[in-house]
Amino acid sequence: MKKYVLKRVLMSVVTLMVIVLVLFTLMQLLPGSPFNDERLSIEQQQVLMTKYGLNDPIPVQFFRYVKNMLTGDFGKSYTISKDTDVSLLLQNRLPISLLLGGISIALGSVVGLFLGIAAALKHNSLLDSAATFLSVVGVSIPSYVFALGLSYYFGFQLGWFPMLYSVSDGLLAFALPAVALSMTVMATVARFTRTEMIEVLSSDYIQLVESKGVSGGHLIFKHALRNASISIITILGPLVVSLMTGSLVVEKIFSIPGIGQLMVQAIQSNDYNVILALAFVYSALYIFVMLGVDIMYGVLDPRIRLAKEDSNG
Amino acid sequence: MTKEKILEVRDLAITFKTSAGSVRAVRGVDLDLFKGETLAIVGESGSGKSVTTKAIMGILSNNGTIESGTILYTYEDKSEKVTKNLLDLSKKQMRKTINGKHIAMIFQDPMTSLDPTMSVGNQIIEGMRTHYNTKKKEAQEKAIELLRLVGITDPEARMKNYPHQLSGGMRQRIVIAIALACDPDVLICDEPTTALDVTIQAKILELIHDIQVKTGISVIYITHDLGVVAKVADYVNVMYAGKIVEKATVNEIFYEPKHPYTWGLLLAMPDLETNPDKLVSIPGNPPNMAHEMEGDPFYPRNPYALHIDKKKEPPLIKVSETHAAATWLLSEKGPEYSLPIELQQRIERMREEDRVYGTE
Amino acid sequence: MDKTLDHPINPIDDFTFIGADNISQIDEVYEEDSFWKQLVKRVMKNKGSIFGFISITLIIFMALIGPMISGYEFDEQVAGHESMAPRIPILENFGIFDGTETLKTSTGELEVNKYEVIEGGEEVYHWFGTDVLGRDLFTRTWEGTRISLYIALVAVVVDVLIGMTYGMVSGYYGGRIDNIMQRSVEVLNGIPNLVVVTLLIIILKPGLMSITLAIAITGWIGMSRVARASMLKLKESEYVLAARTMGAKDLTIMYKEILPNIFSQLLIMSMFSIPNAIFTEAFLAFVGIGIPVPMASLGSLISENFKSLTTHFYMIVPPVVVLALLMLSFNLLADGLRDALDPTMKEV
Ligand SMILES: Nc1ncnc2c1ncn2[C@@H]1O[C@H](COP(=O)(O)OP(=O)(O)OP(=O)(O)O)[C@@H](O)[C@H]1O
Ligand SMILES: [Mg+2]
Repeated sequence: MKKYVLKRVLMSVVTLMVIVLVLFTLMQLLPGSPFNDERLSIEQQQVLMTKYGLNDPIPVQFFRYVKNMLTGDFGKSYTISKDTDVSLLLQNRLPISLLLGGISIALGSVVGLFLGIAAALKHNSLLDSAATFLSVVGVSIPSYVFALGLSYYFGFQLGWFPMLYSVSDGLLAFALPAVALSMTVMATVARFTRTEMIEVLSSDYIQLVESKGVSGGHLIFKHALRNASISIITILGPLVVSLMTGSLVVEKIFSIPGIGQLMVQAIQSNDYNVILALAFVYSALYIFVMLGVDIMYGVLDPRIRLAKEDSNG
Repeated sequence: MTKEKILEVRDLAITFKTSAGSVRAVRGVDLDLFKGETLAIVGESGSGKSVTTKAIMGILSNNGTIESGTILYTYEDKSEKVTKNLLDLSKKQMRKTINGKHIAMIFQDPMTSLDPTMSVGNQIIEGMRTHYNTKKKEAQEKAIELLRLVGITDPEARMKNYPHQLSGGMRQRIVIAIALACDPDVLICDEPTTALDVTIQAKILELIHDIQVKTGISVIYITHDLGVVAKVADYVNVMYAGKIVEKATVNEIFYEPKHPYTWGLLLAMPDLETNPDKLVSIPGNPPNMAHEMEGDPFYPRNPYALHIDKKKEPPLIKVSETHAAATWLLSEKGPEYSLPIELQQRIERMREEDRVYGTE
Repeated sequence: MDKTLDHPINPIDDFTFIGADNISQIDEVYEEDSFWKQLVKRVMKNKGSIFGFISITLIIFMALIGPMISGYEFDEQVAGHESMAPRIPILENFGIFDGTETLKTSTGELEVNKYEVIEGGEEVYHWFGTDVLGRDLFTRTWEGTRISLYIALVAVVVDVLIGMTYGMVSGYYGGRIDNIMQRSVEVLNGIPNLVVVTLLIIILKPGLMSITLAIAITGWIGMSRVARASMLKLKESEYVLAARTMGAKDLTIMYKEILPNIFSQLLIMSMFSIPNAIFTEAFLAFVGIGIPVPMASLGSLISENFKSLTTHFYMIVPPVVVLALLMLSFNLLADGLRDALDPTMKEV
């Protein structure tokens, strides 16, 4: 297990470094460096370049860049909020997005697991067909379509929930966006859980458990779900990606001041430092989740957990 | 001597719904199991052996339905004899009162029949804990006992192992320990040695035999290997295409086989004398059970087929108190026939061996 | 057991041997349909995939002829025709789609029909209505659908050209090559698509070419995994080994021996990647880096018309419905194909 974890951590670090390298390269390529100002003379530009270390050898610049990224120094915003530290922008927005994402994942996973298990237990029943249909619809329809529908119907027509975010609404402000975002999660989890559970439930070892006389919750949770969960958690990674993508749009629709909305603004106004910073944050977040998934995978599966240290795990 | 009948299956018929239509996997099977004895069910792959026993255990997959039949099980409850039709019990009742406690099962492939995420110790004590609420400590002690009984060395350490850390033979021993955990009266072994290599096969067979001697348990033993049958069985039922085609004592099967299919099986059994190149396997393939069939399902592969086999499936025709076979050859109107020469020779050899070694 | 004989039997005929020679040793011969025939047969059994297939066909048909039959150009801004509600001939007589819309104002609800107001409005029909610039939404919706269908095509081509080749090569050569190729995929996969795509589009100019490239870079990983896994399974199989001993070249083995055998999995996989690609495009458009105006894609239509969500709700409905239907249909069809071809296959 130790070796397994080590290997994953290493892989994550490498991935993160590759991303930083890509971002760094982009920095060099991107038009509109802050010193391309017409009003500055060549000498003035030179002074500025030296001041910001842009004349240093590329590797030195790169390592400085890595250090900056890791310490949360993302430079300043050009357009969105002139001369503000990007990290400051993030500070206020990141928690909101994390909260929204967290609620959506939790809500979607719980409902999805429940639906998936129920469908698998009642395989080929009406409930199964209904759950299957629901999950196909949920998987196929992008979350922003749900967001638009919910916003129009429950927000505008019925007026039950706020259409636009406001701090004063507290958690209620998250109701519609979280539901919209959780649809994909729910559908994916339900679909995957169903397939996995059906497979596990028809496995030999479940038959042995049944022939021991074990049934009900013990059978489902201690044996079936435990085994199914080993593969179910692997969809967490793709889900986080789809949540990130979804949140960009959903935050725009409900004007939630999170990093998704910030990203959209930054893209639309070419605020490169913000884009690069967010690209880093999103990647780091994703890599972190993937690492967590991999480790959880190892913990759940004794074949990895107890793998001999010298074997390839 | 009157034997105590413990399990009596009558006219069991099972159909599976599949995307390719319905599969009539079992078509009217009768079985009788007596206390302390071993009943072997022999037949090719797909003949419905596993399905029959799964029905007894109440673990048929969801797409299977029991069309007809009874499974009467007799057991002692507070020193009173109780007989129940297992098919009348709900799944829940089956699990609670029968599975593990009275009837236990060992599956074909030990590599896949243990839960990979639970330590073997916990898998063994699980049954005791559910059925008798045995204290954990006590259950663990009994589990260690069981591991010793099934011939596992250093059982205390093994308790904490996970299935992937054990070899196939070890795993099958664990499965046997699991099956024995609640002292069942009936043990169903579904090809318990097929997936193991030969030396381990012999050891597992021996183990099951020893356990039977020690505990007086009744065993249903499924196999497609008549060699194994000779070693373990008291009674033999030969199954083909979802039906029993011959039932007899083990001696009758080997010395006086009546059904051409049984002949085929006997001829396909390797023995020292036979040149392995001349081993005759039964030609052709078992019928596709998804297709409606007319007549005897075996006739296309049967060199002894009669014209009537095309039209009408033969009933079981009694030869003796303990012996019956489903072939028109046994009918009064049936023609004269003699066993294949090779088979006659082989039976002769077997009798010879018996005289020499005196196993009977 | 059946002991009564229900039809009289002739003892002379019936109880004689057929004779081994007269028994057809041939097992029942099953009619082997061709791959495609079987496929169609099985897919037809699945209601979902039939629905998917029909609706995709309809959508393709409409995308082809829709922009031609409306009488408007997709970028034609008709002065005076701004924000008109849908009006469809015949249906208008039943009180629906007659061009009226309810506006919510501060003083209450107000029912208006712009067709009655504008000059010559009697003769004007906008089946899906018009947007705030007076462009016909029917034309624009189907014009936009074309983009999504083009993207679907791109996704399949990318899957086949990059994903399949990459996976097959990686699996076939194995060892070091496989290791390096797989580590690279792992790294690429460690970067969220969202990031790859946005970064790419900001360095290139937004437009169809960039979107195509974005999908090309991100869309093939799932396919490569499936192709590799199948390749690993098949390359040790007897017929491949046989071909190899016969001296077949690697490329020949890959394309002649292995490809036909993993074809169904690849087909399913590429079907599943279509909705993802369509979604990526729609997402980019919604975020504002899709294809430039005045061109239309479903995503950009949703994005444009979203601004009028509360005032003119009808504007956003057609692109949303077509997009949702398209993605649903491709998913259903892919599901059906999987069930028909390879029920054990899992999406990656
Ligand atoms: N869940 C199921 N759904 C559909 N058909 C099934 C199912 N289970 C078994 N069958 C069919 O029932 C028939 C008998 O199967 P069974 O498993 O009893 O064979 P078997 O005699 O145990 O063979 P083996 O020696 O291979 O174990 C086979 O044709 C099989 O395809
Ligand atoms: Mg079997």
